[in-house]
Amino acid sequence: MRRMLRSAAAAAAITLTAVSCGSGGTAEPTILQVFAAASLQEPFEELGEQFEAEHEDVAVEFTFAGSSTLVEQIQQGAPADVFASADEKNMDKLAEAGLEAAEPVDFASNTLMIAVPAGNPAGITDLASLTGGVNLVVCAPEVPCGAATTTVQEAAGLELSPVSEEQSVTDVLNKVTSGEADAGLVYVTDVAKAGDAAEGIEFPESQEAVNTYPITTVDGSTNPELGQEFVDLVTGEEGQQVLAEHGFGGA
Amino acid sequence: MRTLPRWILLPAGLGALFVILPLIAMAARVEWSGFWGLLTSESSLAALRLSVQTSLTSAAACAVLGVPMALLLARSDARGMALMRSLVLIPLVLPPVVGGIALLYTVGRQGLLGRHLEVLGIHIAFSTTAVVIAQTFVALPFLVLSLEGALRTAGTRYEEAAASLGARPSRVLTRVTLPLVLPALMSGLVLSFARALGEFGATITFAGSLQGTTRTLPLEIYLQRESDPEAAVALSFVLMLVAIVVIALAHRRRSP
Repeated sequence: MRRMLRSAAAAAAITLTAVSCGSGGTAEPTILQVFAAASLQEPFEELGEQFEAEHEDVAVEFTFAGSSTLVEQIQQGAPADVFASADEKNMDKLAEAGLEAAEPVDFASNTLMIAVPAGNPAGITDLASLTGGVNLVVCAPEVPCGAATTTVQEAAGLELSPVSEEQSVTDVLNKVTSGEADAGLVYVTDVAKAGDAAEGIEFPESQEAVNTYPITTVDGSTNPELGQEFVDLVTGEEGQQVLAEHGFGGA
Repeated sequence: MRTLPRWILLPAGLGALFVILPLIAMAARVEWSGFWGLLTSESSLAALRLSVQTSLTSAAACAVLGVPMALLLARSDARGMALMRSLVLIPLVLPPVVGGIALLYTVGRQGLLGRHLEVLGIHIAFSTTAVVIAQTFVALPFLVLSLEGALRTAGTRYEEAAASLGARPSRVLTRVTLPLVLPALMSGLVLSFARALGEFGATITFAGSLQGTTRTLPLEIYLQRESDPEAAVALSFVLMLVAIVVIALAHRRRSP
């Protein structure tokens, strides 16, 4: 027993040393935690740098993921100050959980577009040309981009038969840019992100499924004022300009 | 046990808890009232069926490709065998997503082999074949490793005796070598089946996701999380039960 006690004391000593090592250092910057939908990564990182330049001793930390994953993480206690969702459904989930600190504000919109590999090898022209023997990849109906796909498909009165229903819009885009798929349905902003690897084809039915992005501060945030300032930056003139540069539409 | 210091119990207990507690936590979250309904929904059944089919096929493919590989690695003293062994083990260490990307550039439509297959009218992308390829890729090292180890432990005495009595190499292989390592072969098969059953990253990167064709159980679970977390938990629980059965099988085979 004595030997056991001595070992336990040694273990405790090691733990204490480790803890005291971690707490050193000078004044830490205030960290603003922004949880944002994956599609917002490029414009938000730009805005984050701008925000840091305007606020001394503030570091903006982003978590980019699918909106539903983010809501789940916030519900489980992830320390988010600001939440920007890719759809209203997931923002509603946050409200149901009583975690919204302010009324959400719509700040951007996004519509679907047909993406084809560079050179458009299958000769796609519009939504109707996706039906005949084309390797078409879309999002699964369970995720927001897939729900939008179902809507435009119904609006056009078409029955699409995709070879794959992917988990996320990024997965769809990858199948297109790698040439595995002849065409995919993604957001306008994704085509912009893909650069030369993909071409976009607009279609009129896309207006039936306009995706609106809401943003809000999260209840229980340790930096509510800073969070609100970030929301103001996004919804303000500068934010709107950066978003437009990345292909987003106005709210 | 006598020779072990008693304080070992504490970290060992913590370790066991670390593994078991998440499983208990998940089991506690299962909504038993709707469990059967969630499990027998069309999409769940399709995923379950596809997973079992593809994993069995992959395990068979692992046997066909892996047994000869293990034999060569264990018995050949040709130069380069050590390098060969390291290469074969790569899928074990590689994140499956990376495996998926590598496969995409091999048998994808514009891949190294894929573009020639495409000319012959063989399309692998987005087919069940793609799922089996992805699963076999990640599962093969499990079979090769466990079989090679067993072959080395078994040694060559019996094989040499059989050969000295006039048995031809093929006869030695089928009558002496393979029966000797049969338990290891079985547990290797079970392990590769289990690895194939759990395969996610390579499949979603390389094969796509379509109900009944490429959407295996792990992909279905990941998708259900988006819309129906309860169904995801129910399916996870099933996969956990399968894992327990598989481990029980593999261990029973191993101990004499």
